[in-house]
Amino acid sequence: MHVPDGFLDAPTSMATGAAAVACVGISLVKARRELDDKTAPMAGLVAAFIFAVQMLNFPVASGTSGHLLGGALAAVLVGPWTAVLCMSTVFIVQCLLFADGGITALGTNIMLMGVTTVAVGWLVFRALQLALPKRLSVVPAAAGLAAFVSVPVAALAFVLLYAVGGTADIPIDSLATAMVGVHLLIGVGEGVITFLAVGAIVAVRPDLVYGARRVLARRELEIKPRVVA
Amino acid sequence: MRTRWVVLTGVAVALLLAGVVSIFASSAPDGLTKVSQDHGFDHTGRTHDSVVGGYGPVTGIVGVVVVLALAAGVTYVVRRRHSDPTE
Repeated sequence: MHVPDGFLDAPTSMATGAAAVACVGISLVKARRELDDKTAPMAGLVAAFIFAVQMLNFPVASGTSGHLLGGALAAVLVGPWTAVLCMSTVFIVQCLLFADGGITALGTNIMLMGVTTVAVGWLVFRALQLALPKRLSVVPAAAGLAAFVSVPVAALAFVLLYAVGGTADIPIDSLATAMVGVHLLIGVGEGVITFLAVGAIVAVRPDLVYGARRVLARRELEIKPRVVA
Repeated sequence: MRTRWVVLTGVAVALLLAGVVSIFASSAPDGLTKVSQDHGFDHTGRTHDSVVGGYGPVTGIVGVVVVLALAAGVTYVVRRRHSDPTE
């Protein structure tokens, strides 16, 4: 979903650029609380892994492909603020080294594919955690579902930006239908990849998964009275 | 499994995905590109020259290493400021 230069007009690109700078700035401050001996080594890995998986376009419909965005995956693994930093790193390298996504669209891409997917992914994940049984086995599934939801929401966010500052006169309802439709399919791939990746880490070291901490803390609290008894 | 080994295994997987599995990636346009073609506004998009060329096994590995170094560096700096005793 990398937006090239020229899709959005200058004022809109400047606004998303300013918003991206603000979001990264806030994340630099807030990520301090998330980064400890467990999340810190994971942050570099999460960014590198998302960069690699974003290269793997999978076919979704005739003549169309999609790839992982990764915001929900990053948020569950290292926490939402650190996730914004990981995602922004990926988009900056893609833009400056690979010309993937426009330079004036860098802020747009950070806001759409970074901040939006992290925010939606994390909020849906937390809501599912509150609603579902507090078990470790639920964590990968909740992450996968959250990731699935995050992709069409990011697509809808693009449509909203296009309605404000698109450079071509396109009927917005038809654009919304097409964007959300294809990104629901891409979201399925996003959900599967996120489920598998979170599941793999939960299987070997659940304590390294930021989003699993509350479940682990609760499990330890449940074990203690039995030990006493 | 020690944290170091989890991270090293993960990095190895990322290098394998970027350097080998990426050969099998679909080259069809992605969701946004396809929609822009179908709606006739793909021509409004402009591309700039890539520094390292397109995505390929070698440039993919370069990208993974650069992203890893940058993200780990940012993380290190953010943490170091946190443990600054003068704060």
